Amino acid sequence: MSAATRLLFSVPAGPLSGATGRAMSSEQPMRMNISKLNFFYGEKQVLFDISLGVTSARLTALIGPSGCGKSTLLRTLNRMHETIRNARLDGEITLDGESIFVQDVTQFRRRIGMVFQKPNPFPKSIFDNVAYGPRINGTSRPLSELVEASLRRAALWDEVKDQLHKSAYELSGGQQQRLCIARALAVEPEVLLLDEPCSALDPISTAKIEELLVQLKSSCTIVIVTHNMQQAARVSDFTAFLLNGSLIEFSPTPQLFTTPVDSRTEAYITGRFG
Amino acid sequence: MERHFEKDLNELKERLLWMGGLAERAVHQAVQAVLNADEQIAQRVLAEETAINEMQIEIDDRVVHVLALHQLMAVDLRFVLAVSRINNDLERIGDQAVNIAQAAQRILRHPRVKPYVDLPKMSEIVEGMMRDALNAVVRRDVELAQSVLVRDDQVDNLRDQIFRELLTYMMGDSSVVYPAFDLILMAKNLERIGDHATNIAEDVIYFVQGRDVRHPAVDRR
Repeated sequence: MSAATRLLFSVPAGPLSGATGRAMSSEQPMRMNISKLNFFYGEKQVLFDISLGVTSARLTALIGPSGCGKSTLLRTLNRMHETIRNARLDGEITLDGESIFVQDVTQFRRRIGMVFQKPNPFPKSIFDNVAYGPRINGTSRPLSELVEASLRRAALWDEVKDQLHKSAYELSGGQQQRLCIARALAVEPEVLLLDEPCSALDPISTAKIEELLVQLKSSCTIVIVTHNMQQAARVSDFTAFLLNGSLIEFSPTPQLFTTPVDSRTEAYITGRFG
Repeated sequence: MERHFEKDLNELKERLLWMGGLAERAVHQAVQAVLNADEQIAQRVLAEETAINEMQIEIDDRVVHVLALHQLMAVDLRFVLAVSRINNDLERIGDQAVNIAQAAQRILRHPRVKPYVDLPKMSEIVEGMMRDALNAVVRRDVELAQSVLVRDDQVDNLRDQIFRELLTYMMGDSSVVYPAFDLILMAKNLERIGDHATNIAEDVIYFVQGRDVRHPAVDRR
């Protein structure tokens, strides 16, 4: 329908997508599955019997007040907890149906990229930051092509294409974070984990990262931890609300933010606590 | 940088215009049922009312989702609020069309009271107001919206004229009271549709310019 020449009875033909424009197909396969996960730091239990599925090619957000265990849960997904002394986990996590704990950890982590709260580029050039992973892992594609593709996917290419050999430290905070995402994407991970990736960024850089995540999720399964529940509402397809180490509610995002089932979820998202 | 919520806003607009098309068609058909003495068209209007009601619910759901998921500001926020109000106006227009279609069924049981002169004029103006109000939504056209507002008085005048004229027929011949009264109700329904089109036009001015032009007498200080 032409916007300027709308005529009487011009009813558009064909169905539109779901109520929010976000596909919510339950047919999408699970990429990761967390089952009855309990987690302890020494004697202190911080996660209690958590079970949830991470849907392939969708963005899953973990929200909850400080100390609810959302970052801990995220870190278990690429076995980062194993670097912490006295940390103990029971339960099961699978990636494509296979337990993540029986795999070689280095091989496994190549399949799961991670981006942290504070941008942490290496003290190297922009090019070398992105090329770092493929150089170590080996790649059949020409490095320059891979670097360009990764920077494009991270929506950074146009801003840095003429300065690839400059130090990554010369970039702004938002650009550094997108560089870290490009670096994670360069090894073509199946899942990308982000732990509060925008909390150190200004609103414009945050908006850029959010748009980037929305674009990326069609080609990469994403799990994001955010203390900013509006951000979860804006970008995610599924949202998990954690409180005191327990999973209180896990639903498609439109449902969780309009008609939450649990009164604690409602209290949290309406700002009545946390 | 295009934000991904713009896709949701565009879909919201598309669905609203779809509903607008259904409401326009309902009004046009209901009026034709009377003017052309066509009972079948009247029945069609009654059958199609459900589609408008379903659209109202769907659009309301979309509005709730968009408001819950995106922290809209300024023109985007005003647009979604306007869509919510226009949605209600379109549903009410659908109801008025149903009233006219039902009146048509009753009117058609009687001989024609008189040749229709002012009713076609009135319906043409009202349908034009609806069309232009919806076009103003699409084009974000404040000038077109304002042109809708000024036509409301013509519609009110025609309603009064039809009322006066039919009253004289009723006083002269009591056998025409039933159909004449239904024609008066039809004029009232058309006048209400004009009011809803006016509301839509006011909403366009609100979301485009942020000006609330409803009820000028209200002190907004």
